[in-house]
Order: sequence, then structure tokens, then C-alpha cells
Amino acid sequence: MNKDVAITDSFGNFFSFLIQELKPRGPWLTPFNIISIPVILTGVGILVYRFIHGLGSVTNLSQETPWGLWMGFDVVTGVALAGGAYVITFVVYVMGVDKYHGIVRATVLNGLLAYSFYGAALLFDIGRPWNAPNPYIGNSFGFSSVLFLICWHFLLYMIAEFVEFSPVIAEWLHLEKAKRFLKKLTLGTVILGITLSILHQSGLGALFLMAKPKVHPLWWSEFIPILFFVSSIYAGLAMIIVEGTVSHRVFSRLIPEKHHDHFDDIVFGLAKGAAITMFVYYFFKALLFIHDGQWDLIVDGWGLWYLVEVIGFVLIPALMFAFGFKHRSLRIIKIAAVMALIGIVLNRMNVSVICYNWYADVHYIPTWQEFVVTFMVIFSELWVFRWFVTRMPVFSADH
Amino acid sequence: MDRRGFLKTSLVVGGTALTCNKARAQEQHDPEEFVGILVDTTRCIGCRACEVACGETWDMHVPDVLNDGALEAHRNTSENQFTVVNKFETEKGDVFVKKQCMHCYQAACATACPTEAMKQMKGGPVVWRGNKCIGCRFCMVSCPFDMPKFEYNDWNPKLQKCTMCFERLEEGQKPACVSACPTDALMFGSRLKNLEIARHRIYSYPDKYVHHIYGEHEVGGTGYIYLSAVPFDQIGFRTDLGKRPYPEYTKEFLYAVPMILFGVPAFLLGINALADAGRSDPESEFTLEFDVDKEGARNE
Repeated sequence: MNKDVAITDSFGNFFSFLIQELKPRGPWLTPFNIISIPVILTGVGILVYRFIHGLGSVTNLSQETPWGLWMGFDVVTGVALAGGAYVITFVVYVMGVDKYHGIVRATVLNGLLAYSFYGAALLFDIGRPWNAPNPYIGNSFGFSSVLFLICWHFLLYMIAEFVEFSPVIAEWLHLEKAKRFLKKLTLGTVILGITLSILHQSGLGALFLMAKPKVHPLWWSEFIPILFFVSSIYAGLAMIIVEGTVSHRVFSRLIPEKHHDHFDDIVFGLAKGAAITMFVYYFFKALLFIHDGQWDLIVDGWGLWYLVEVIGFVLIPALMFAFGFKHRSLRIIKIAAVMALIGIVLNRMNVSVICYNWYADVHYIPTWQEFVVTFMVIFSELWVFRWFVTRMPVFSADH
Repeated sequence: MDRRGFLKTSLVVGGTALTCNKARAQEQHDPEEFVGILVDTTRCIGCRACEVACGETWDMHVPDVLNDGALEAHRNTSENQFTVVNKFETEKGDVFVKKQCMHCYQAACATACPTEAMKQMKGGPVVWRGNKCIGCRFCMVSCPFDMPKFEYNDWNPKLQKCTMCFERLEEGQKPACVSACPTDALMFGSRLKNLEIARHRIYSYPDKYVHHIYGEHEVGGTGYIYLSAVPFDQIGFRTDLGKRPYPEYTKEFLYAVPMILFGVPAFLLGINALADAGRSDPESEFTLEFDVDKEGARNE
């Protein structure tokens, strides 16, 4: 019997197909499930409590530190780590480099889910989420606000990512005609997506431009939007290496054999790209440091912390990427990728939370509830990611 | 022309010139239009009548001034108190300093707000409007004086800060704190006039005051301006905020947005055409007419 016809024939059939697909598959008691289910349930409980008793009841936010772990990690850091989608779509669709075609679907799905979940996480963090449509409707447009820009870009970018991913959904539903049509939209949405990414990756840095007196001078710069943009490129590349490595282990059976060998080749290419962008970023950092004459700031604990970030987690992984590429060592490249990601987390957390109000006597430390909710967001994203890749042809080679 | 005629004519001419000036001034956002409050810390006796008046007017925390001993510690404004008076021990004895929203001439909080909930009203006061606010707290991050306060322990939180008694101003009254001040340490009026009064006091008593008016140039100028007998960093003011209006820090970035929004797609389409991406995977690409022509030429 022709499955395509059966599914598209009637709504009833489609519905039962959907129910079938939504049902869990595979073993239940995996280590990931055992850890993630309690975390997600606790997180939901914390959020219910938060919406009854206010943000102060579960977070350590204060009048001096209005943005904490949720804003700093889920939004500012998470978006940087989701930068892979715009970098890879640029290389594959704009530059026409076919070599990376095999990882486009997984990367775009990652980007789409990251933005959806971080957008949702933002709703827990803002105090009056029922007013969240205000930046989009009515007469409440704050055109002079960087955050207004980011609000719009989040929405538009999610739509662009969804359109980029939609051929996979059409393939899953066996809608050949729709798939062909949606594929035609790809280049247009890719170009829109790259443009939006350049703007909101740098825009997240621009959020802190007016916080000049509060962010430690080693981390504040007028060029912070450019620094955020450049670092998001290698953040995305490093994330693809790490995420791809994990996927190839966890979802091994879903990935065609020839793809496995091909992936190593892809990693070398990504490592080269990451090494170059990291050197550029390091050069920018060094230039700003020398230009602003910040030698006297380097002597205290904050200076040391700055060196840990810039030398330990930018320069060293950059050298490791270059070394690993030259000597064909996947191991070194993968370690470098993890270090580069730690460097990104450090940088974003330093700007938005750790070095914010650095002179204060009492410093903000997140509560356990803030950590649980952060892990809840990450775990639920992974759950949805797993659902997508086990149902839809995300890793398949024939596209 | 007799003397009276001369006076009359000059008055008329002068008056016309002034009105014309005013018309142009409106366009240029002249500070004359802006109201503010002059705080002369040498006159403040620390009675905290302003705190009480503010609390009563806004139905918020009304301090028990005689018994709470609050001057012992340096306090900050809070979500329950728009203004506080702090005591500083200096070489010239105890100095009392009132603290509240400075009502910046170009307010960072209002620029930061994605929904115009924080808004500068005509005439200068910066007020918060709950029906627009999403509670993102970007105003708090952006404010150089850390003034907006968030109700962290409420399911429906408000952002609280001094409004310069905007409603009272509309009714022609003075802000509650100014009306309550027994020593004229607080003076409400046009910002330019307040600056003149402040300068006049410094010129008249050059030994009494430091020759600096806090808020004249800080962060591009503020509605509240301060006079002091001791350097401002000794009485709890940040002196490292600079003279640049804070909205200007994001101006260049925001100006670049439309350029990137239209420039980058053109650039990317150009690269795509050069890379001739359409050839490698024609199905997944949006085919440019240009490519079709070329294909046609190739086939011939």
C-alpha cells in the first residue's frame, strides 16, 4: 500500500500518524532519562512557585544585579553557541561548498530549537511575561532600544530557521510537492537568517554598551558588538564539532556509514575555520587591550581572570585547532572545541554576570533553583532534539 | 523718539525676538523647556521630611524619622521608597544628601526600554507605565545611577522609581519632596534657572562650595542638580560616569542596523552569484535569472 497516499488522504489518518510519531520509542531507563526527567519536573515546580511568589522567591537577583544566570547563560551564552546554523548555511548555500551539506540539517535544527527554547526561557525571566507581545504589536515600539531589535530578530530568525528546516518536515510527512517548493525558499531565508544573525549576535553585546560604568573595563569596550559577532562564528563551529561528535556516538544507528567517515573530514575543515576566526578574535582582544592601555588592570585578581579567559580559552584552543589541523589529530581538535566553548561561556558570563557590578561588596551567586531551571531548559531542548532526529530524516545523506 | 516710545519699541522687538527664539528652541530641545530640582546639600539638615512626604504621596513606606535611626547606615532607594537621605561625615562636618532618580536629560532607561514603558515626559520627568512594561529590567542594567527598582517578591512586579511627581506637576503643584523641605535645600524650577541659581551661589560664596555642579554635565545633564561643600566623591556620588549622554553609546550600533540589514543581503547574493552555487545543487537553490541566462548560453 502506498503510504504517501494513505497519509495525505484524510485528516483522520494524518492524526493517527501523528499520534504514532509522538509516542515514545526506545528504552525508557537510559542514563539521560534518569537524570533529565527529575530535573525537568523539579524545574516545572520551581517555575510554578516563581509565578506565584515572584522572581525573588527562587533567584538571587537583586536591585544591583538585575540579570543573572537565566539571562546570562540561557540567552546571552546560548545564542552564541547556536551560531553554527548561520555559519554553516553561509558556507553551504551562499558559498556553495558541498562538503558540509551533510551536517546542515542537524545544525539548522539545533539553531531552531536553541532559539525556541531560549526565547521561552526569556519568558520565565521577564517580570511581566503577559506583556511580552508588546514589542511586536500596538504602539509600544521602542525603536531606540537594542533589546527591541533583539526581540524582533529572535522572532524573525526563528521563522527563517523554521523555513530552512521545513523541507525535512515535508519529507517526514511525505509531501513531495511541498518539499520541492520549500527548498526553493532556502537561499532567500538563508540570506535573511545570516543578516539577522550578524545583527543579533552583535546586538547581544550592544546590550551592555550603556552598562559601561558597571562592567569591568577589561570586558567593556565600544567594540563589544564586533567582539560578540566574531566570537559567535567560532562558538558555532566548535559547537558543531562537539555536538556532531556526540550525535555520531549517541545516534550512531541513524547515521549512514559513509557519513561517519565523511564527518572526520568535515571536522578538519571546521577546525581550520575555527582556528582562523579565533586568531582574529584574539587579535581584536589584544588590540583593544593595548590601545586602551590596560596594563595596570592586569595585576589584580580580575586581571588574572581576564588572562585565564583570553589566553587559556582563546589563544591556547586556537593554537590547538591549528596544530590539530596540521597534524591531522581529531583528538586535539575535539579537546580544543570543548575549550573554545568553555571560553565562550566564560566570556559571555563575564560580561553579563560575573564582571557586572564587579566592585560590589556582595556578589551575585545563582541559587540552586536557577541552576535547575537552566538545566531544565537544556534537557528539554535535548528531548525535543532527540524526538526530531529519531522521527525525521535529519542525519540522512540523500539531500 | 521719546524715552517711553523707545522702551515700548525695544520691548516689542525684544519680545518678538524672544518668542522666535523660543519657537526655534523647541525644535532644538532647549533645556529651558526642562524642569528639574536643585539640591543644595549645604542647606540640608537631614530632617527627612522629603522621605515622609514622598511616602505619603505615593502610598509607600513612610519612615518613622525620629526613631528609626536610618541615618546611621548609607541606604539606597528601594521598591518601597523613591527617595532617601544619607549622612556623610566629611572634613566640613556632617553632610546630608538626598538620593533619588536623577531624571537624565537624555535618559538611558527610556532609551533601553523595548516597549517605551519607561518614558521621558514632555518637560523632563521620566516615568514608568505598567501597561507597556514586560519586566525585562534592561532599564536597570542601563541606568548609570541604578535607580529603577524591581519588585522581586511580587507575581505582578512593578518598576519603581521617583517620577518627579509627574501628576502633581500637571496640576501645577511642585513635587511633594520640594513642598515639604523646610530649608529650601530643594528648589523646583526650570533646569536653566536652577543652573543659574547654583552658579550664582558658587560665585557669591566661592569658599563655601566646591566649584562644580553635579548633574550639569554628568551623563549629558540631569534634571536633578547638586551643590556641595565637599568634593562629590566624598558624599556618595559616582564621578566616573562621564559627560557623554548614555543613549549615544548605542547610537552608532543602531544606525548601523539598517545598513547591515540591506547591505549584507546584497553582498551575500553577490558572493552566491560569484560562487555559482546554483550549479552544484540546483534543486535546493533559488535560481537567479542571471544563472538561467548563463545556462542557456552554455547549452548553445
